Amino acid sequence: MTLNSQGRPTAPANYSEASKPGYSEAGTTPILQSKGLLQGEGLIFEIGDVSESGVDFEKLRGRDLKLGDMARTSDIDLPGLSEPEAMRHYMRLSQRNYAIDLGLFPLGSCTMKHNPRANEKMARLSGFADIHPLQPQASIQGALELMEELADWLVKLTGMSAVALTPKAGAHGEFCGMLAIKAALKAKGELNKRNKVLVPESAHGTNPATAVACGFDVVEIAADDRGRVHLADLKATLTSDIANEIAGIMLTNPNTCGLFETDIVEIADLVHKAGGYFYCDGANFNAIMGQVKPGDLGIDAMHINLHKTFSTPHGGGGPGAGPVVLSEALAPFAPVPFLKREGDRLSLIEHEENTDAFGRMCVFHGQMGMYVRALSYMLAHGADGIKQASEDAVLNANYLLARLKDKMSPAFEGSVMHEVLLSDSSLEGTGIDTIDIAKGLIDEGYHPMTMYFPLVVSGAMLIEPTETESKAELDRFAEALLRVHDKAIGGGESAEELHHAPHFAPVKRLDETQAARKPVLKYNG
Amino acid sequence: MRYLPLNSADRSDMMEVIGIEDIQTLFDCIPEDLKLDGPIADLPSHMSEMQVERHLGKMATKNRVASDGPFFIGGGAYKHHIPSSVDHIIQRSEFLTTYTPYQPEIAQGTLQTLFEFQTQVARLLNMDVANASMYDGSTAAAEAALMAARATRRKKIIISGGLHPHYIQTIKTACEAAGLTVLPLPVDLDDSKDIIAALDDEIAAVMMQTPNVFGAISDPAPVVEAAHAQKALFISVFTEVISFGLIKPPGDYGADIAVGEGQSIGNGLNFGGPYVGLFACTDKLKRQMPGRLCGETVDAEGKRGFVLTLSTREQHIRREKATSNICTNSGLCALAFTAHMSLLGQQGLSQMARLCHEKALELSEVLVPIKGVEIVTDTFFNEFAYKTHKPARDVIAALNEKGVLGGISGQRLWPDDEARSDLILTCATECNTADDIIAYAQALEEVLS
Repeated sequence: MTLNSQGRPTAPANYSEASKPGYSEAGTTPILQSKGLLQGEGLIFEIGDVSESGVDFEKLRGRDLKLGDMARTSDIDLPGLSEPEAMRHYMRLSQRNYAIDLGLFPLGSCTMKHNPRANEKMARLSGFADIHPLQPQASIQGALELMEELADWLVKLTGMSAVALTPKAGAHGEFCGMLAIKAALKAKGELNKRNKVLVPESAHGTNPATAVACGFDVVEIAADDRGRVHLADLKATLTSDIANEIAGIMLTNPNTCGLFETDIVEIADLVHKAGGYFYCDGANFNAIMGQVKPGDLGIDAMHINLHKTFSTPHGGGGPGAGPVVLSEALAPFAPVPFLKREGDRLSLIEHEENTDAFGRMCVFHGQMGMYVRALSYMLAHGADGIKQASEDAVLNANYLLARLKDKMSPAFEGSVMHEVLLSDSSLEGTGIDTIDIAKGLIDEGYHPMTMYFPLVVSGAMLIEPTETESKAELDRFAEALLRVHDKAIGGGESAEELHHAPHFAPVKRLDETQAARKPVLKYNG
Repeated sequence: MRYLPLNSADRSDMMEVIGIEDIQTLFDCIPEDLKLDGPIADLPSHMSEMQVERHLGKMATKNRVASDGPFFIGGGAYKHHIPSSVDHIIQRSEFLTTYTPYQPEIAQGTLQTLFEFQTQVARLLNMDVANASMYDGSTAAAEAALMAARATRRKKIIISGGLHPHYIQTIKTACEAAGLTVLPLPVDLDDSKDIIAALDDEIAAVMMQTPNVFGAISDPAPVVEAAHAQKALFISVFTEVISFGLIKPPGDYGADIAVGEGQSIGNGLNFGGPYVGLFACTDKLKRQMPGRLCGETVDAEGKRGFVLTLSTREQHIRREKATSNICTNSGLCALAFTAHMSLLGQQGLSQMARLCHEKALELSEVLVPIKGVEIVTDTFFNEFAYKTHKPARDVIAALNEKGVLGGISGQRLWPDDEARSDLILTCATECNTADDIIAYAQALEEVLS
């Protein structure tokens, strides 16, 4: 018999708005107020003390310093927290975050799939986590084996010739791939005249930014009314006066509208005939892995986001990993360090001398921790599971499309690949914008979709469910989104409510304009 | 398949709703002749969790683990003890499995930790502002060079020969891609005078590492002054962030930009990554910064909250006019950094830094009497360089055979530089015991005799 059944019922009787207690206004910030399980918590600078520390060390010997005149004299002014205080601080803050482990995370083009915990365990094996990048190579043969096996998977999954493992994220991979193209053009003596890169207007912002970082000029190419590259437009560009100034094209496939570029083989052909190279942004590889090999499509370089397709956790904005697969034409220019096998022994070639390497992407060998997780994912799935995963990802997206299309507005006709792109045309005349729908979803318990991207669609809402969602979760999400949408077109009070959403998040809608106008980038107390 | 929730009944139901009979119909957009008709033949099929553990575990056991014996390697990555609570914190699902905080109302956890991270980094380096992290120290250094060129509208960067050579190559790759000229000075223990001599009014920035790749510390103030006299920026680079618990931070000598590796705080060796790049600068330069920035603001009720800000610098808004192409950074590594730093506080950090320095002093004292050893760095934090009468590469290999990871040979970093072929870079941290230090000295004595 429990306490509650002994005359102390906790069921609220005669509950009304009037009996709802006001929250304490003592704290000036929601962060300092507690609401049930959501505990108030200040900044470490408000709760910590500079004389405290949560780490104990062995006793110092008190030796004389050997620092010349470089001993620190200025205050560090950093508070410390004991371990229990620190645990509470971060636990309390963690409860203000949405996460995949709480529910579907439909950010389009971000591939928020489940992060298997076995991968975390593998990455923490001391044989991977506690080895130094500059240890004698004889002492890290197992680590090099792991890199070799990951490279083998990537090459076989993509049908390409080689892989440069070191890039540290997608955009870093783009940079690497475009530098390989630059090096190939230089080797042919064509770099001076070929300085233009074609980028579709639907591309990720990183693509044009990368092209410019490599010293190229960006030429935008249009989309057609099917959401794909405008082939006639592209042909015209590639046969115009500037054809021999084209260094290459940067194309995402499947593209950011969630569609496969059906003319891709012809596009590759056209670009190659014009003397350029084909860079493919592989951010959306999840949709086609095991279905087609990018190498067969005529691609010269493609980065693979291990933190999207191969399930390494996004961690609130990284770390990622962006290995780049390269065609035979570009393989010789891969950056150092790279792997070399001679019989039983693996080695890392760390210096450019006597190679055609274009340079170096980062100080060491890239994101080992992510390599382990990605390989763990690949092994767990196998070739069969990987094929199943892309099928389920595409099935899930199309199922969502089917559930949403009668009430909301798909941007393009027909089926999609891994993500659903909606425009805001179903909201026309309601006064409700895409952002209100997004914030309304928060009140329904979901993270919003990608908003206002790609730019080619008005008020874009891009939804990517991934393969790790159950049918029940997809149904729940579709119903939540439709409920918000119903509120929007229903008008009146419920629509007005959306303008002020979210109502049930730890904070209300935040003023981003003020943040940018008068930036406060650190605690000044 | 344990990670795929759909079963065949679900799949059939869903196909019915979609109006198709075969999932493959959804892939009709792929050219028919290129479509794969079954699982890729030359890759294995799926494994159980236990099989994966065995397979990867076997590879892991082939590596010599830093904690398994005397270990004295630094050179840009450092073995420090990380409190268990740090790893527990970063494995909280709410931090581990979330995305870049684009929806601030449901990402205040990540955002507040980033705001705390930025504040800690700025204070530690004594700089005005810091961003929310870069990939690692070397890529942060490359971004700093690009930023200096933007801010000064000049195109030449002087790089001290005291920078880690792999940093120099990373910077060179990024700068040359953008059409800048990199002027690396010859490798030297202290090249302040050469830098000052190389300065003129075309130089965008000077990059110097403190402590430098040899572990040596010298006061950069005269170089800063000379750079500023030419209206060039001074970029301070570091690889061992713990050093700022004991030595002067970049802000103290007037650095305009301070960049480096934050791995030592909160992040393990991980064979070189993932790490966390730290990036800080003066208030004047903040709108030129690359990467994410978290800022304080208020919500609709006027209460404090945090958002990503100044995003008009960034690629997703500015596209080809962005300050950098960076998108993903090192969020979770930054969380590990800030959690470890919050535990340490200034008290803990100072103690840790002092302990590292003491261990390095102890190590240098036991190596000095060994015949054939000559220590070449006079003032250092926790790394120093010594010469031996045998080729350094052979010495390192022989030490490894004896179970001692004794450092990095000159050839490994500067393969073509004869003058460095007898040089060994070595490093001590709080992790080294008195026994480790004795073991190193004994092994080295045997190797050199």
